[in-house]
Amino acid sequence: MIAEAVRFALSGISANRMRSVLTTLGIVIGISAVITLLAVGAGTSNMIKDQIDKLGTNVLTVNRAQSTGGRTTGGSATSTRTQSTNLTSSDQQSLDDPVLAPDIATTAPVIQAQSVTATLGSSTHSIASTLGTTPSYFGITNFAAAAGRILNDSDAGQPVVVLGNSVAVDLATNVATLVGQTVSLNGQNFTVVGVLGPKGTSGLNDPDDVAMVPFATAQDKFTGYSPSLSSIQVQAKSSDVMTQAQNEIQQILDARHRVTSANRDYQVRNQAQILSTATTTTQTLTVLLSAVAGISLLVGGIGVMNIMLVTVTERTREIGIRKAIGATRGNIVMQFLIESLIISVLGGIVGILIGFGASSFTIAGVHPEVQWWTVWLSVVVSAGIGLVFGIYPANKAAKLRPIDALRYE
Amino acid sequence: MAAATPAPASEAWTAPAGRPARRPVIALDRISKRYGQGEAEVRALDGVNLTIGRGEFVAIVGASGSGKSTMMNIIGCLDASTSGRYFMDGIETGELDEFQLAQIRNRKIGFVFQSFNLIPRTRAVENVAMPLAYRKVPRRVRHARALEALDAVGLSARAGHLPSQLSGGQQQRVAIARALVTEPVLLLADEPTGALDTHSSEEILDLFASLHARGRTIVMITHEPEVAARAQRVVRMQDGKIIADTGVVR
Repeated sequence: MIAEAVRFALSGISANRMRSVLTTLGIVIGISAVITLLAVGAGTSNMIKDQIDKLGTNVLTVNRAQSTGGRTTGGSATSTRTQSTNLTSSDQQSLDDPVLAPDIATTAPVIQAQSVTATLGSSTHSIASTLGTTPSYFGITNFAAAAGRILNDSDAGQPVVVLGNSVAVDLATNVATLVGQTVSLNGQNFTVVGVLGPKGTSGLNDPDDVAMVPFATAQDKFTGYSPSLSSIQVQAKSSDVMTQAQNEIQQILDARHRVTSANRDYQVRNQAQILSTATTTTQTLTVLLSAVAGISLLVGGIGVMNIMLVTVTERTREIGIRKAIGATRGNIVMQFLIESLIISVLGGIVGILIGFGASSFTIAGVHPEVQWWTVWLSVVVSAGIGLVFGIYPANKAAKLRPIDALRYE
Repeated sequence: MAAATPAPASEAWTAPAGRPARRPVIALDRISKRYGQGEAEVRALDGVNLTIGRGEFVAIVGASGSGKSTMMNIIGCLDASTSGRYFMDGIETGELDEFQLAQIRNRKIGFVFQSFNLIPRTRAVENVAMPLAYRKVPRRVRHARALEALDAVGLSARAGHLPSQLSGGQQQRVAIARALVTEPVLLLADEPTGALDTHSSEEILDLFASLHARGRTIVMITHEPEVAARAQRVVRMQDGKIIADTGVVR
């Protein structure tokens, strides 16, 4: 009987092809949107996870506090300090203390040179981030040389540079040939000693758009001999002791800066935590967008119900005939329920295919990854829509009295 | 013309054990159908008693509003009476639920309507096979029996046609095939020639006559005297009552 009901339903659907296709479209759009959005969400999470792995899960960054007035200038303890000098090389060196800071593995000072442009022959590249730092920086931040080498201690004060992958790619087609060449950074000549391997883009900022020069060289060529640092990179001994390492940094620096947690003039940030926050934000966004897609699915379901009601009205006479020749209520319910099921499940399947198709493209810098559970969920949800929105019209059809239905014109 | 027999229908059909075949196909016992309430009450049927035996060919005639359509709906188990008892092939229909009524319609009654009432976009053979589908007969058997039934009405050559590709007379013959395919005890026809030209009407009535000759029980509702004249017994209705019944005449 079910096979029969399917045949009846199919003939009903094919009788009004255009209408069936349009009704199906509502489900198609909803399902494909849900699948694609969840795939983009998963892709973003994956990307962030990759980045956390690349950054290292045990890195802490000490920055100057980005406070305005009040806290740093108001306190008498910090009044002698200007904002520009509140992180110094001696701050950095004080953190390399196996007694006071047993959970810190290594540290690196970072000074940032503003708006540096690299030139090689006719190629130029505006570097997003030019850093003066020490060799330990590369270990902390998981940067490795793809060609040449990273900085070493003998480079201190020398005009040498390690280029990030994006910079190198912009300057030369074969990045390996750059090693040993002289590039001009803001008109000053530097010898390229190494090119870094790519970390991959995170969408918003490109971690490969960097150049590193020795700390002393950066002071010499770009920032001048101020003791001030842009930041201090700190590597904890493992990702399990991040909290302890952070407390140790704060104890040491609070003492040195004579501040307390209330008027701290610096902040310690955990890169992995920042990215975890980003993951949470992404997940929230994904849920919200999926909810919107879900609403469109609901609208699609209402479309199915609407069309089924029209179909029932149109086929009132047919229902009467079927009842007269012995169709039970169950038979009629089955016929119309299967019809709405076919419409919505067909829409679900097409939606899944479109979702897969859309997810094979890179969307906003993200490679979406279709989640298999969303596929099964889509099948179940579209079938559910067919049932939920089909049951009322089907019942309406089944409840028609045969004499009324037969009299219907 | 004999008056309607006032004998209670229940007695009329209660056959001695061992001879169940003699029970009437239809036994109406003081059947009434009322619409509306109080002042506005309309008695579409008013205490009708009628017994129709196996193998009879009965025409129910009357002007519009005489109650013959209500009668047809009640006999066909499409509508329930307000009071009275109706025995269909010995089964009291008043006690049946909707599911059982659907089964009675499917197994005991074959309907032929004025407007043919074939399912559109469905081939003739599938239309004929449909009652069997609701009876869970396997597809292959259904098809074979539908073809047989179409053959019996002389339309086997049109089995694959859609209703829209058939003439009125042909459509009505398909409908008759559909009514016969389940081997029902009763063929119930509601103005079967009402939408047909004279020639097609004759064909359909000839078909009924030959079915009757082969022992079918046929009840035909009509308002045309010349159509009623083809029946073996004529029941005349007026104002919800049977005013005349010829009884079985040869």
